[in-house]
Amino acid sequence: MTDAPPLDTPAPDAPAPSVEIAAWPAQLYATLKTAGVRHASYVPDAGHAELIRRFEEDPEAAAVMLSTEEEGIALACGAWLGGMRSAVLMQSSGVGNCINMLSLPAQARMPLLMLVTMRGEWGEFNPWQVPMSRAVQPSLEAMGVSVVRVEEAGEVAPTVAQAAAMAFGGDQRIAVLLGQRLLGAKKW
Amino acid sequence: MVSVERRAAVKALLAHRGEGEARALVVSGLGSPTWDLHAAGDAAENFYLWGAMGGAAMVALGVAQAQPARRVIALTGDGEQLMALGALATIGAAKPANLSVVVLDNEHYAETGAQPSHTGRGVDMAEVARACGFAETAVARSLAEAEALGARLAEPANGPRLFVVKIGVEAPPRSLPPRDAPYLKTRFREALGFKPS
Repeated sequence: MTDAPPLDTPAPDAPAPSVEIAAWPAQLYATLKTAGVRHASYVPDAGHAELIRRFEEDPEAAAVMLSTEEEGIALACGAWLGGMRSAVLMQSSGVGNCINMLSLPAQARMPLLMLVTMRGEWGEFNPWQVPMSRAVQPSLEAMGVSVVRVEEAGEVAPTVAQAAAMAFGGDQRIAVLLGQRLLGAKKW
Repeated sequence: MVSVERRAAVKALLAHRGEGEARALVVSGLGSPTWDLHAAGDAAENFYLWGAMGGAAMVALGVAQAQPARRVIALTGDGEQLMALGALATIGAAKPANLSVVVLDNEHYAETGAQPSHTGRGVDMAEVARACGFAETAVARSLAEAEALGARLAEPANGPRLFVVKIGVEAPPRSLPPRDAPYLKTRFREALGFKPS
């Protein structure tokens, strides 16, 4: 279970055109499965809807619905203790709920892969999303989590592939932020 | 209020823990439950939390889902589980048949000066778990009842269980396990057959 997953997950030839923007969640799911991630937990976000659906429907995978995001941090640590690779899916607002629980993977030097869909940064209608959005990267880094951002659909799969390799092969805590520009501003 | 001495309670709860590959895996919540688990006997199959308050039951859920053939016990206190009442909803919805949450309930925050907790003011943790869909819940108020729950923990279940053991507020001498979390992690995984990378 501790062997490093392959680094050579193929990237799409070109960024997906806007009409095919829904392609990246499927690529992301395939990337996670290739990386040996068969377990995921989530507080729902519209940007993760397709990924959640695939985890819920795949008989080879397990999905755990959370009541708050820090549960997912503890859950992923427990899954790793038991030999399983897990990913935690959340919206940017949920990062704030995770802070103290991030002590556990930091102190135990456990792998952690967080996939964070961003709100409050690109055409955001709701200003209440902005303060936590601005705090996501500094607060994660303050708790020892490395942060990588994705803004282009074609970069999602290769970025997550390398993040998974570093997390599970090298005992790193990594959050991949999926920019709101990639996801699109929420329609009101 | 009838209650049990906490170290005797934990010894009774783990009396049928099993051996080898049948041995129950235990995750303890920070503070007194971690000291109690260590006092009951250090083991590679123990994962002690020294922080991350509210995390014990969810760490145990992760272990239970990754190791469906093993019995997994979260051993925690009323204060720690009160911080994670939502985790009981998450566990109730996930329905792991191999996970039991044991709450050592002294109705106080013993580590910080014995301030009263919610369970002494009307909050019933077992009823919360029942309402969250746990398959089995119980409250023990005597050593004999704690011994009976220890025997139940060795039996198969149809879904998650939560057992409350009402314990006294006394604080026995601390029994400190290693604080080195990478060591605790690695030996726990090695006990499950996963070698260090």
